[in-house]
Amino acid sequence: MGILDHHKVLEKNATLLLIGALGVVTIGGIVEIAPLFYLENTIEDVEGVRPYSPLELAGREIYIREGCYVCHSQMIRPMRDEVERYGMYSLAAESQYDHPFQWGSKRTGPDLARVGGRYSDEWHVDHLTDPQSVVPESVMPKYGFLLDRELEPTYIGDLMATHSVVGVPYTEEMLDNAVADFEVQVDPDGDWDGLLERYPNAVVSNFDGQDAVTEMDALIAYLQMLGTLVDFSTFEPDASR
Amino acid sequence: MTTRNDKKEVETTGHSWDGIEEYNNPLPRWWVWVFYATIVWGLWYTVAYPAWPGIKSATAGYLGFSTRGQVEEQIDAVNASNADVIAALETADLATLSEDDALHGFAVNMGSSVFKANCVQCHGSGAAGAKGYPALIDDDWIWGGRIDEIAWTVRNGIRNESSWDARGYGGVMPSFADTFSDEEIVATVAYVRAISGQDADAALAEEGAVLFADNCASCHGDAGTGSLMNTRAFEDPEYVVADGEMTGAPNLTDAIWLYGGSEEAITETLIEGRAGVMPAWGIEYRPGFGLTDAEINAVAAYVHQLGGGQ
Repeated sequence: MGILDHHKVLEKNATLLLIGALGVVTIGGIVEIAPLFYLENTIEDVEGVRPYSPLELAGREIYIREGCYVCHSQMIRPMRDEVERYGMYSLAAESQYDHPFQWGSKRTGPDLARVGGRYSDEWHVDHLTDPQSVVPESVMPKYGFLLDRELEPTYIGDLMATHSVVGVPYTEEMLDNAVADFEVQVDPDGDWDGLLERYPNAVVSNFDGQDAVTEMDALIAYLQMLGTLVDFSTFEPDASR
Repeated sequence: MTTRNDKKEVETTGHSWDGIEEYNNPLPRWWVWVFYATIVWGLWYTVAYPAWPGIKSATAGYLGFSTRGQVEEQIDAVNASNADVIAALETADLATLSEDDALHGFAVNMGSSVFKANCVQCHGSGAAGAKGYPALIDDDWIWGGRIDEIAWTVRNGIRNESSWDARGYGGVMPSFADTFSDEEIVATVAYVRAISGQDADAALAEEGAVLFADNCASCHGDAGTGSLMNTRAFEDPEYVVADGEMTGAPNLTDAIWLYGGSEEAITETLIEGRAGVMPAWGIEYRPGFGLTDAEINAVAAYVHQLGGGQ
């Protein structure tokens, strides 16, 4: 009996075929996917990457809620045209605390992976309120209502705790100070030393120019830190990655 | 109907189900060989390129390919092909750049690309600006319209936290909401409209003139023609602007407005104050995605030749 004749047994028994197919797919998965989790050259530790500050995390939630990812990607691919247009290509580590990640190739609007610090806070307010006032050819919708929606840090601690469940290394100290850090990031006159110690390079500013903390503040805080965490003057890219 | 099978005897597979037999038409030879070739090519590919996972790393492939290596190579190749002209641009004397046609032409074209990628979001794709973001195509300059002054502004920006050399650090248009009464604001607005040649109540404007001299002239000048940066520095290229002279206060006597010249707009400016920010674009302030020295000189050359360069 040749090997093909043995195969007939599988072909004639639906349950066996199912189990056999599952086995084959599992082997494929183990070979193709599993190594990515342990190979040293796919997990790169990069200095400077940190979890999002409470306000940035809240802004990120708004970014996702408003569907910004439908038009904007956050992934600069390692290709010359992209690097010249947007800056240094994105590193995997830069989105290691993203749940969910914001990679993509759908770019109705420009990539935002390195938008942090490119424009002033006022520009972001003007642009989100009425994109066409600064970029007449833009097709982006208006998000001025974010200015009117006050944001309370009621659930920010829970949100961070949830993220730590899926692997974001928020410390006890970060979780305990969640509300204070959330509030002080929009208050340049406040005592934000602790915030900067816990979240180096966080931008402290009254982003939207209003007294209250609004969704606009949170979203701009998030946008202004995108792509700014890694110091590329000291970063040495490993060519094997 | 005639098919190819009718022309010759075709073997059957030898199966017979209830008298139904099946022809055995093998795949064309060429197809089979292409199929084998793809298998061989696939095996070669896994040897040539990074593929097989091991315990700590995957095989690197004998061609030594990596996407990071490739992008670096491509960028290096372009930089190498432009190396001479880039080096010339980095060290060029900006004041005489326009005399060197070849270099100036390169700089303007390069600057145009830099401008499109980085500057148009605020200053507009035609550099005509928007409310709060100055037009760069006229000859009204807040921070200087000489090519070296433009390059300085691009590198260091305006009122940002990144560069110590940012323009106008600490100098802002304050809010007069608490200083002026409502009547005083109306009077000052009338005066500002009068000196810019717009319709205004003459009596109110006269009242506003006193307020202007006491509160506004220190930055905007006695005549409202703007800060020293707008006047003396331009007339004398050798003039070195001292600390505190560069307030960046716009000329209020012309028809060019940064935030609008209507009564409503000037009133808003007086009540809320203004402090426009421009980020610092030098690569030293944003490693990895800032502008290099050559790019800054190029974009300065581009902006300078848009129409208003001095």
